[in-house]
Amino acid sequence: MIRLTDIWRTYQLGDTALHALAGVDETIERGEHVAIMGPSGSGKSTLLNVIGLLDRPTKGRYELEGREVSSLSDAQLSRVRRERIGYVFQAYHLVARLDALANVELPLVFAGVPHKERRERAQQALANVGLHKRSRHRPDQLSGGERQRVAIARATVMRPGVLLADEPTGNLDRASGAVVLELLSQLNASGVTLIVVTHDIEVARRAGRALILDDGRVVRRMPSSELTDLAAALAGRGSGA
Amino acid sequence: MRTLDAFAMAFSALATQTRRTLLSLLGVSVGVAAVVLLTALGQGARTFVEAQFQGIGTSVLAIAPGKVETFGGLPGIGNSTSDLTLDDALALQRQLPGVRATAPLVVGVDEVQYGSLSRSAMVLGASHDMAEVRGLEMAYGSFLPTGDWERGENVVVLGARTARELFGAENALGRQIRIGDWRLRVLGVLESRGVHMGADLDESAFVPVALAMRMFDRRSLFRILLMLNSAEGLERAREVARSVLIERHGREDFTLITPDAVLGSLTRILTVLTLALSSIAAISLGVAGLGIMNVMLVSVSERRSEIGLLRALGAARAQIVALFLLEAALLSVAGGALGVALGWALSRAARELYPEFESSPPPWAIAAALGVALLVGLVFGVLPARNAARLDPALALSRR
Ligand SMILES: Nc1ncnc2c1ncn2[C@@H]1O[C@H](COP(=O)(O)OP(=O)(O)O)[C@@H](O)[C@H]1O
Ligand SMILES: [Mg+2]
Repeated sequence: MIRLTDIWRTYQLGDTALHALAGVDETIERGEHVAIMGPSGSGKSTLLNVIGLLDRPTKGRYELEGREVSSLSDAQLSRVRRERIGYVFQAYHLVARLDALANVELPLVFAGVPHKERRERAQQALANVGLHKRSRHRPDQLSGGERQRVAIARATVMRPGVLLADEPTGNLDRASGAVVLELLSQLNASGVTLIVVTHDIEVARRAGRALILDDGRVVRRMPSSELTDLAAALAGRGSGA
Repeated sequence: MRTLDAFAMAFSALATQTRRTLLSLLGVSVGVAAVVLLTALGQGARTFVEAQFQGIGTSVLAIAPGKVETFGGLPGIGNSTSDLTLDDALALQRQLPGVRATAPLVVGVDEVQYGSLSRSAMVLGASHDMAEVRGLEMAYGSFLPTGDWERGENVVVLGARTARELFGAENALGRQIRIGDWRLRVLGVLESRGVHMGADLDESAFVPVALAMRMFDRRSLFRILLMLNSAEGLERAREVARSVLIERHGREDFTLITPDAVLGSLTRILTVLTLALSSIAAISLGVAGLGIMNVMLVSVSERRSEIGLLRALGAARAQIVALFLLEAALLSVAGGALGVALGWALSRAARELYPEFESSPPPWAIAAALGVALLVGLVFGVLPARNAARLDPALALSRR
């Protein structure tokens, strides 16, 4: 379970303070599928980074799986990131010089898993995303959709409880985007908490519920099924989604 | 994280940035090669000097009468309490292991006259072996005769300048000259030699030792010089000589002198010189270190997103530091190894060019060069590694 209490993330830009997050209160249950939407610059990525322990809130309490994380040391945080959280980025973030298998192995390397076991688990993770035949390909030899599937294999190889995806289909065409979304949905169905940041109503509609951010605040919470009405409303206001 | 995996990761990162890696390798290897070459040359100079000494008496043990309790006074001058005799010299020659040549020595100064010409010369009473002990070469004629030292025939061998001043261009062989009241026949003339061990042998005249003792009314020798087959035997010979003489004299009333002291200070000078040169070369290693640092800093800023990713995947700060330090260390050690090879090749080339200088890098210098290279890599790798570890993962992953 993820419990955020009055989370602030403030950037000091010269004299002015910019509140990327301005008092977020949110609880996300284990196994939920949540979409985060909102105009660009509203703080979606910042929120995801805070949840993923890549960024520390300036103020507020954050409890992950029953633990208050603000008191953890760097080594402890790293361990939580490694073992409990998986990340999928819009830009894939694969290491270009390593082949698919080696990319998937990375978290296992930092966990100190012995070579043989590592190989097997990475192969299995690649097989789970349908890429066992591509394990020796380097990122530049893979299509965008395949790269993102490698990234998903890497994010899941440690069997994390939470999967965070920031615009996972942002760089993909519809067809490969659909494959990626299907994989993420399957993972969620198997019990992983899934949080997806997206601009795309269709992507968000797959989630159980949606959070709408604006100016660092959660301005609306709703079941994903109601998103179509919201889109119409936002379009009317002219701010775009 | 396992050590082997860390190595594999650091290695693959270096292998990808080929040109940069090669450039920093080059920097380090030039520095290390310079250290290796300079120490090799220094070593060569030292062996050369030692070899020169070898020719003129590193293996010579000298014995002087009298015991010097403290440093300062020259033994045999003033405080001769007890005599050193030809019998002593004979006994030493017989009982010491590995004696190649024995030269008893008596020294005096007197007028040397030929016809109306005369000059003052250092008269050295010695034996046939003296030529070998001091490496004396004949211009013509022969050196003092072999055989019984006690005989002391009336013969003389002249130093180059003594001969020139008395005879000019004329051949002195077989001529009669006078030293003090003694009439002597010239056996030969020495090759010019210059100052050697504090005495100008060119201005000398060698006569048989027994004759010199009579001439100057000496009961004791000034020195006994014993040349050994090798310098290695010196220590042992010294101990045997001590016990032989104590046995004969009943107490230690003599002083044993080995050439170690002289040679020692010369080698020390060369060592200091070599060290100074290598330190200068080591500075170039420091410059190479700056090169490594530069390359690594660029690499860190170019690999920001990779570093952010590794952090997201669970690498702790300490692991990032370790990875980048390892990269720097690999660079510097590989550069060091390359440099050792290069330095080795260069010193071989130097050996070809100047065979009399046996220039080979001493093992300690190779180890030190590699060690310093590693140290340089680690020291100059710290800043980039810390920069890498301090990157904010969220920021590094965004393309801001
Ligand atoms: N490192 C940073 N320094 C300064 N401002 C930042 C930084 N990161 C984000 N911001 C600002 O915080 C706000 C929220 O950013 P972000 O969470 O990336 O928005 P979104 O993902 O919703 O587009 C933006 O105004 C952005 O300019
Ligand atoms: Mg964003």
